[in-house]
Amino acid sequence: MNDLSSIENWDDHIFSDGVDGRLYNDQHVFEQELKKIWYTTWVYVGHESEIPNTNDFVMKSLGLEPIIMTRSKDGNVNLLINTCTHRGNKLCSKSKGNQGSFTCPYHSWTFKNDGKLMGQAYPDGFKNADKSALGLKRVPRIASYGGFIFGSFAEEGPTLEEYLGGATELIDRLLANSPSGEIEVTTGYLKHKVRGNWKLLVENETDGYHPGFVHASVFMVSNSRINELYGDKSSSLSRDYGNGHTEIDLRPEFRKRGEELSWFGTNKERLPDYVEQMKAAHGDEKAREIMIDGTPHAMIFPNLFIAEIQMFVIEPISVSETVQHVTAIQFKGSPDINRRLRQQTMGSVGPAGFLLADDSVMYERTHQGLQTKTGYRTYTGRGNHRERLDEDGYLVGDSTDDLPSRGIWKHYKSLMEA
Amino acid sequence: MSLANINYSLLREAEQFLFVEARLADENRYEDWESLWADDGVYWVPAENAEIDPEKEMSIIYDNRSRISVRIRQFLSGKRYAADPEIKVRRVVSNFELLEEDGDEVLVGCNAIYFVSTESDDEVWGSRNEFRLRQVGDGFELARKNVFLVNAHKALPNLAFLI
Ligand code: FES
Ligand SMILES: [Fe+2]
Repeated sequence: MNDLSSIENWDDHIFSDGVDGRLYNDQHVFEQELKKIWYTTWVYVGHESEIPNTNDFVMKSLGLEPIIMTRSKDGNVNLLINTCTHRGNKLCSKSKGNQGSFTCPYHSWTFKNDGKLMGQAYPDGFKNADKSALGLKRVPRIASYGGFIFGSFAEEGPTLEEYLGGATELIDRLLANSPSGEIEVTTGYLKHKVRGNWKLLVENETDGYHPGFVHASVFMVSNSRINELYGDKSSSLSRDYGNGHTEIDLRPEFRKRGEELSWFGTNKERLPDYVEQMKAAHGDEKAREIMIDGTPHAMIFPNLFIAEIQMFVIEPISVSETVQHVTAIQFKGSPDINRRLRQQTMGSVGPAGFLLADDSVMYERTHQGLQTKTGYRTYTGRGNHRERLDEDGYLVGDSTDDLPSRGIWKHYKSLMEA
Repeated sequence: MSLANINYSLLREAEQFLFVEARLADENRYEDWESLWADDGVYWVPAENAEIDPEKEMSIIYDNRSRISVRIRQFLSGKRYAADPEIKVRRVVSNFELLEEDGDEVLVGCNAIYFVSTESDDEVWGSRNEFRLRQVGDGFELARKNVFLVNAHKALPNLAFLI
C-alpha cells in the first residue's frame, strides 16, 4: 500500500461514494489539511457578543493556533497570534478578560490590544529595532456575518460572503428566530474532548441516518419527538449548499405539524413573552411562519455547527483528537426562551449530555475502526439514486441519506487538490 | 470549627452514608443510587469553576430531580452507548468535614479521586464534593450533590458514569 506522504491524485482516495479510511488517521494528511483547509479557508473564530465592550478579549483558536480575539478602542475586532514577538513566549494565559494591553511575563514587552508593540523594558537596548515591525502577528483577513466572526490565514481569496454562499441563509434563518434579530453567546462553553479525527464530527453533524439508532435511548426515556424527524418516513431533507456547507432541513416536518415552537418541543402558551416579541418584530403571519420553521440544523465548513438551540465550534487538536466547544444560543432580549435554551442545551450536550456523550463514543469507536490496515474504504452512497435539485439549485436528498457527507468530501477534495 | 466542637457521631453517620453513595455509584447500581435522592434533589457538576451561576452559564450536569430520573432511565435503557461496554469505576472519598449544620440538614465536604476505565482509555478524575444531606428517620437523603472537578476549566472526555 502506498503511503500518504504525498498524494498526487486525490481520485485514488476520494470517490463519489466513499473515501480511503486512512484519510481519518494519517499524520501527513492531517498536516496537509492544516495547510490547505485550516490555514487557508475562512474558519469560524468567535462571536461579536463575546467581546461587546472596548478592551474585552477572549482566547480562541484557528487551526492549531491560539488566537486572542480583542476589541480595541476603535471598536474593531482583532485576531492576534498569542506569541510574543521577542522570543516566543506565550503572551496571554487567561481565557477572557478586559484590558487594553498585554504584557509578556518573560521580559516585559507590552502590546496594545490591536497588536501594536507599545513598550520594551530597558528601551536603550533597542536602538536598531523597528518597533512598528514587532507588533503581534495578526490573522490577515477577518470578516463577520450576522455577528459570527471568521478569520482566514490566506492573504487573498474569496470574500466571506462568497465562501458562505447559500449558507448565509442559514444564519439569516437563525437570526430571524430572535425577536431582536441578534443572538448572543453569553453562557460559557462546555469543552468536550473526543479521541477521534475532526472530520468524523463534521460529517456526523448533518448525518440524519444515525439519530434513530445512536439516540434511541433518548426517545425511550423522554417524550422527545426527534425520532419522527429522522426516520426513513420523514419528509425532512438533507441539503448541500456547496463549499462543504450542509444542513438537515427539518422544516417539512415542522410545517406538517403547523404548530409554533413545536421545533423546540414546546408551545406558544409556555413562552408568551417571546411570542409577543416575535409578533411585534415580524407581524403575526410572518412570526407564525418563523416559529413553525424554527432554527437551522447546519454545518458550516469546517468548524461551525448550528444545532438548532446551541452552537458547536470544532477544534482539531491532532489527527486523532478533537475538542467540541458548545454553548447555548441566546436570543438577545428574550429571557423566557433563553432560559429554556440553556436548560435544553445543558441536558443534551457536553461530556455528560444525553445526546452528545453517545455521539462522542461513536466518534471514538469509528476512529478505532478506521485504524484497520486492510485497504479499507467507507461507503457514503446512501441515497445517491434520489439526489435532486431544490428550487434554489442546491442538491437535496432524504434526511437519512449520505448526501451531506458526499458534499463535504467533494469540497474537501477541491481544497486538498488546490 | 474548633476540634472540640466537632459532632463526631454526626460526621461518622454522614461519612457512612456517603461511602454507600460512592459504592453504589462505582458499581453502576443506578436504581439503588437514585433511591438516595430527595424529591427536590439537585445534582450539579459545573463547567469552568465552582463560581459560575448554573442558572446563567453552562454546567456539565445540572439536574433537578426529574432530570436525575431521566439520566438513570437512560443508563438503564440498554442503549446508553457512552456507557456500553460498562464503565468500570473505583473512587476514594476522603477528607470529610461537616461544613454546616442547619436544622435537619447538614453540609458535608470531601475530596474524591476516581479511577475510570472506559472502552477507549483509563482515566483519573479528581474533585471537591459537597453534599447537602437531609436527616430522615434514622438515615439521610441526598438534597444536593455538587461535584467541582479539579480540571473543569479544561476540555474533558465523556463523563458517562455517576460521578
Ligand atoms: S519573550 Fe516576551 S518579552 Fe521576551
Ligand atoms: Fe447525534
